[in-house]
Amino acid sequence: MSKPIGDVILNVQNISLSFGGVKALADISFDVREHEIRAIIGPNGAGKSSMLNCINGVYTPQQGQIMFRGQTFSHMDSHQVAVMGVARTFQNLALFKGMSVLDNIMTGRNLRMKSNLFLQAIRWGPAEREEMEHRQRVEEIIDFLEIQPYRKTPVGQLPYGLQKRVDLGRALALEPEVLLLDEPMAGMNVEEKQDMCRFILDVNDEFGTTVVLIEHDMGVVMDISDRVVVLDYGKKIGDGTPDEVRNNPEVISAYLGTGH
Amino acid sequence: MDTTFPRLLAHHARQRPGDAALREKEYGIWQTLGWADVYVMVGHMAHAFAKDGMQRGDHVVIVGANRPRLYASMLAVQVLGGIPVPLYQDAVATEYVFPINNAEVRFAVVENQEQVDKMLEIHADCPSLARIYYDDPRGLRNYPQTFLSHLQQALHDGAARAAELPVFVQEHMELGQPDDVAAMFFTSGTTGNPKGVVHTHRSLLDRAKAGADFDKLTSHEEVLAYLPPAWIGQNIFSYAQWLYCGYVVNCPESAETVTIDLKEVGPTYYFAPPRVFEGLLTQVMIRMEDASAIKRRMFKYFMDIARAHGPRRMDGEAMGLWPSLMYAVGNVLVYGPLRNNLGLSRVRVAYTAGEAIGPDLFSFYRSIGINLKQLYGSTETAVFVCLQPDNQAYADTVGVPCSGVEIRVADNGEILVKSDGLLKGYYKNPEATAEVLNADGWYKTNDAGFIDSRGHLKIIDRVKDVGRIQGGPNDGAMFAPKYVENKLKFFPFIKEAVAYGDGRDRVCVMLNIDFDAVGNWAERRNLPYAGYTDLAQKPEVYQLLLECVEKVNADLSADNMLAGSQISRFLVLHKELDADDGELTRTNKVRRGYIAEKYAVLVDALYQGRAQQYIETAVKFEDGRSGSVSATLTLSDAKVFAPVGRAA
Repeated sequence: MSKPIGDVILNVQNISLSFGGVKALADISFDVREHEIRAIIGPNGAGKSSMLNCINGVYTPQQGQIMFRGQTFSHMDSHQVAVMGVARTFQNLALFKGMSVLDNIMTGRNLRMKSNLFLQAIRWGPAEREEMEHRQRVEEIIDFLEIQPYRKTPVGQLPYGLQKRVDLGRALALEPEVLLLDEPMAGMNVEEKQDMCRFILDVNDEFGTTVVLIEHDMGVVMDISDRVVVLDYGKKIGDGTPDEVRNNPEVISAYLGTGH
Repeated sequence: MDTTFPRLLAHHARQRPGDAALREKEYGIWQTLGWADVYVMVGHMAHAFAKDGMQRGDHVVIVGANRPRLYASMLAVQVLGGIPVPLYQDAVATEYVFPINNAEVRFAVVENQEQVDKMLEIHADCPSLARIYYDDPRGLRNYPQTFLSHLQQALHDGAARAAELPVFVQEHMELGQPDDVAAMFFTSGTTGNPKGVVHTHRSLLDRAKAGADFDKLTSHEEVLAYLPPAWIGQNIFSYAQWLYCGYVVNCPESAETVTIDLKEVGPTYYFAPPRVFEGLLTQVMIRMEDASAIKRRMFKYFMDIARAHGPRRMDGEAMGLWPSLMYAVGNVLVYGPLRNNLGLSRVRVAYTAGEAIGPDLFSFYRSIGINLKQLYGSTETAVFVCLQPDNQAYADTVGVPCSGVEIRVADNGEILVKSDGLLKGYYKNPEATAEVLNADGWYKTNDAGFIDSRGHLKIIDRVKDVGRIQGGPNDGAMFAPKYVENKLKFFPFIKEAVAYGDGRDRVCVMLNIDFDAVGNWAERRNLPYAGYTDLAQKPEVYQLLLECVEKVNADLSADNMLAGSQISRFLVLHKELDADDGELTRTNKVRRGYIAEKYAVLVDALYQGRAQQYIETAVKFEDGRSGSVSATLTLSDAKVFAPVGRAA
């Protein structure tokens, strides 16, 4: 690691979330340290995406609080979260299919654009300079993710693995401090998974970005994460380094079933 | 040419410092380096190398794609009197061991993490290797090895040293002489260890000049450098001729963006092996099939006109008024847009070499107004031996000897060449040198051929491969495997062919389907398939290939020398022949002997007349893992034709 793992940057305390009678999350607490790769794993329906949605401000938990950079929130506001430097990608991709790769990533710069709509529309003066700066940053991301051949290709025409990469690119365009990745490797073949792992490690390494990721593929998680939280039916059943989690009897029974 | 590469660089930097020398697409923009910029960069790099202990006569390995800094590093090595040894960037790590140990290489300049990893993998086997420079630092930050240096840092250190020793570069440039060794190229070689071909500044520049004069190249040419720099052709086109003519060399963004970059650059001087031209044509044809009915009809109509009149027009022959008019209309509606789409609208001179090019493919490009020509040469001759003049491009010849070249045909049909561009020798291999270079300075090309009535050289095959049929109805007939294979490969459905027949009673071949072309063909016929192996074994595909084979037989039957080389049996292989499995050379030529050993059961089955044969083959994947593929292959008979007669 170029930047050593630092202090707690994000602290989730006693979060509970229910939809009617369904308890999605029950009293979940964990923390995320600066510059680490933190994974949330668990079987289907364990509440992983709900957890991410609470951090991201999509859902409002009924109980508990989230501390981010020393500030305490009882619920997060999605716009506010983005301004504070938290970006995310989506499990089922939310890209603009008809727009080019370049434009899709450019939308990630939106928050950082200062000139007003009118100036942007006529692309004059400061707006032009600003667009050039942003384009430069976007090009760096395109280079970083090795998607140069598809710069001008509409996203809808790209294979799924590449769309995932564009999704990551758009999140990176925000220059986030914390990156939330919702199943970045779902539906990919082995080679695409390897590529994605490398990009996640590189993001963490080169930009020092803190990464919180949800993943199904145990092998991948154990290889790239510093610490892992395990959820099952909305409860936290394990938390620690990959090795600790691997040897945790509760985790083993949740994943492999118990003998009767 | 009484000069050296570094002196030519200094000349350009002095005469036209601000003119573009190199361009590289980075971050979506073409970044330009002027001659003066390159000169400064080369100087600083030379300082850095010298500081790290590089000596005159040191061999320095260069591995990577065409990148301005790698070009600069070759020049910097030459400034110091060292010898750059470019190696193929797609080779597996173990292939580097021999060249590095053979030339006692102490320094390597490589492109990126991928290449650094390969160097580290073999580091223990290469004790001489002391320092590795890399261009792209991506992913390398946490590598602990102290013998790794970032080129950027080296340039920085070099700049500091340059301030202290201002005349150092100048002095070293003057020390370097035209007859010093300038570069070494390892030939892929179909057998045994590769051989290092040693060239001097004089030999490379003499040929660069001959080629440039032949086509009247100027400093205004634009070239796209996209083939491996380890191949002497790329080195001549984008290094030797670059420095001789002073034109602009453009480096693509990445290997995947070459077609996009080609359109953006619009080269005026272009080189591609036949398979690239074939790939471009296949793309056009596939896209035309998906075009609207009007466009398809227009394309067909005007392509018929182009086919009928285009090649003759390129050869400068007069056309009737009506054809001229229709060709002009076609030029506006079809040929012009097509050339533009291919990225070839500004091409003044285009060359193809390395393999034989299919007559249809060749005349397609000439018919739409692209000045595509063939040339003949090899690593040992510094490329230019024969070139086709603008108005005399024939598909079956490789052109006339260019200036400074003498050609002789030996008694056994072998072509002998004499020129100032010949190799100095094979590195540390006097026996091999003596085998190809005789005392009078003639180089044995190993190619069998003859000079035809038009004064053009025509190549048949490698001398050692030309064999005889023994036994059977064609006893004693000449057998030229490559000639047969090329005829087969001219069909878009056949990617590779391997022919056997020397010392046997008949000719049998093994074929590789072209997965794209046959896959597309199958899809259009609603023929389902599960993958390469499955598709290759479809009876419909066998029928398709049988037609190709029989057309070749019909064609061969009309050839008075090679009528006995007709194919009597063939099979379609279950896997693609691959350089990683040792079946092809790095320049994609089939290694017939090795394949015969590896697939001995199949060759036997062909000659024993069996209808089916089971085979299991080990394969190596790109990431170094290995696995195996197995299949039961069908063997098919083909119809042979009676020789048409002895009339040539």
